[in-house]
Amino acid sequence: MRLKDFPEEELFLKGSAACAGCPGSMALRVAFKALGRNTLLVVIASCTSVLQSPFPYSALGVPVLNMAFATGGATGSGVAAAVEHLLKKGILRERPNVLVWAGDGGTYDIGIQALSGAAERGEDFIYVCYNNEAYSNTGTQRSGATPYAAWTSNTISGKREWRKDVAQIMVAHDLPYVATASLAYPTDFFNKMRKAASIRGTKYIEMLAPCPPGWKFPSDSTVRVSRLAVQTGVWLLYEHENGRTAYTAGTKRIIEGQSELLPVSEYLKAQGRFRHLFRGGEEDERVRDYQKRIDEVFDNLRFASRLRERLMDLEIRG
Amino acid sequence: MSRMVDIANHIVAHAVKLARVGVVSAYPITPQTQVIEEISRLIESGEMDCEYIPVESEHSAMAALIGAAAVGVRAFSATSAHGLAYMHELLHWAAGVRLPMVMANVNRAMGPGWNIWCDHQDTVSQRDTGWIQLYCASHQEIADTVIQAFRISEDPRVILPVMVNYDAFVLSHSYMQADLPEQEEVDRFLPPFRSAWRLDVENPLTHGSVIYPGDYEEVRLSMQQAHDAARSVIAEAAEEYRGLTGRHHGALVEAYHIEGAEFALVAMGSLASECRVAVDALREEGLAAGLVRVRSYRPFPREEMVELLGGLKGVLVIDRDISFGMEGALYSDCKAALYGRAEVPIFNAVAGLGGRDVPYTTIMDEMRSIVRGERREAVSWPTVCLNDHHLASREGMSRCG
Repeated sequence: MRLKDFPEEELFLKGSAACAGCPGSMALRVAFKALGRNTLLVVIASCTSVLQSPFPYSALGVPVLNMAFATGGATGSGVAAAVEHLLKKGILRERPNVLVWAGDGGTYDIGIQALSGAAERGEDFIYVCYNNEAYSNTGTQRSGATPYAAWTSNTISGKREWRKDVAQIMVAHDLPYVATASLAYPTDFFNKMRKAASIRGTKYIEMLAPCPPGWKFPSDSTVRVSRLAVQTGVWLLYEHENGRTAYTAGTKRIIEGQSELLPVSEYLKAQGRFRHLFRGGEEDERVRDYQKRIDEVFDNLRFASRLRERLMDLEIRG
Repeated sequence: MSRMVDIANHIVAHAVKLARVGVVSAYPITPQTQVIEEISRLIESGEMDCEYIPVESEHSAMAALIGAAAVGVRAFSATSAHGLAYMHELLHWAAGVRLPMVMANVNRAMGPGWNIWCDHQDTVSQRDTGWIQLYCASHQEIADTVIQAFRISEDPRVILPVMVNYDAFVLSHSYMQADLPEQEEVDRFLPPFRSAWRLDVENPLTHGSVIYPGDYEEVRLSMQQAHDAARSVIAEAAEEYRGLTGRHHGALVEAYHIEGAEFALVAMGSLASECRVAVDALREEGLAAGLVRVRSYRPFPREEMVELLGGLKGVLVIDRDISFGMEGALYSDCKAALYGRAEVPIFNAVAGLGGRDVPYTTIMDEMRSIVRGERREAVSWPTVCLNDHHLASREGMSRCG
């Protein structure tokens, strides 16, 4: 699927209340193109609760149930169970996509129990976490997804802890499909949504969602910051199925040496939330912490990739 | 008709099956567990055509129930005490988003300390969430009320969730007889699931989004109007069910020996059965005593209270709960219903908390003191019995700091 072949129909409608450059609305637009009209959407308390616009209007062209913060996995379970019941009864003829849409607060923190429970039970829905790495809707407080050293309104000198990784926690749940995505690689995201829709069971897709007001960059730079996150190795693009992880798009190209891993400072400097790391023309030692981690990750990924090639080579020859 | 002799928790499961529930979502908690064990057994054995979601918490149980009802499927859950409290946020959500559903709650005390026995604090604390609350006094009434509850919840004049409440152990775990109607009878009484709305790809609408001050109050008023309308819907359901089965447990209230009574007791749940015994014994003493058992706590039987209690010489309201800093919650509600409409000397006994036994003799003593005009305090705690351990901990607390 190429960008020009995306369905023309827009189900993310005009008149949304999103900020300029909002990654959530861009992600919804692509997700809707991938899934189409036959979709039941559960929106968990997040910016998306607001950006869909208030009663009596809606910018969402699919049926929507807005739900409380901690309920993504559970509400998805109930919707999926009811769909199953109606299919068995012959009342529903075509299986709709069940899409749960939550932010990182609703996924990493308050909603992780419900998500984990649903994942363990193997409930049949697609869960998308659009991760803007903070409680952006309430004014950018830290979340479990906020990265190391980032300013938030309650970590004013930079967060002291590294973020946790819910996509990997979902891999540990042995889900049939886990993937990460980026707004700079929309076809990659589109294909992952389509693949998720074709698989039964719990599917988890996490989209990095650079937030202009929260991360403090101009509203025309959402895609640029998204791309830098992948190019500097801060955000890895992959999909995990049948017990195997395959890296995709920009991340795959770096691992295979087709494109270069850019220095992390390029990503950090593009955002006001890391400005304190570059005061007075000098780089804070936390920038080195970042680079060291990323280098280690990519050393391992490149080694594993070469090892796999070598083994396959041996298998062919042997 | 089929006759069961079983614990109330199992009887509930069979009533849920008769109601053709499509999704059950629940989390185990004592003293509710046998409800969901029996439902899961009925599903696994193929006797019940239903999806069962063994969720990881009560908060999730209620969220899943909302999700299922939103797709257009009849949904049921069961819980108790801490489980109900854990659902609190979503009880508001279920009622506010206007979805029909039924939940059984086994009335149990709130901790700490851990107490699994009968108490009404759990449901009284959820009084203002928008749910209809019905309280039962026997196994037979529980079976019949579960079936009626779906009918009430799905009535287009109501479209609110309904909680069917019954007392821990006294009812939940005791073996009693109950007659269940035939499937065809229930099907006649309970039409296929109806709801005001559902998630429909042919008619995509957005539910539960941001609502500004300019629109919110109208939504809340519509919920209050639905509660007002539910009064006659509850009565109609009870009446029509009587036509079907011959059984009637009252509409919003069940009155006992109230005609010609000069004094009355007011209570909810199994305690009201103990009150019946007290009424009989008081009548034998020549005292014109009666009983008003509140079956529907929300909506509250305002008119019935005025009609049945107005002009009496004395009323004792027994609460198995306490609204701290005030008095028993049922007592406050009764007084509010009577205010400005009937002059009645009305008193409150807070009793039976945490499964404490309330003998009918205690109820008689309380009543006799009202009859003799000796009762001074508005609120009494007649089953409290302070012993050395209690006094020692009070002494310890007084030394604190």
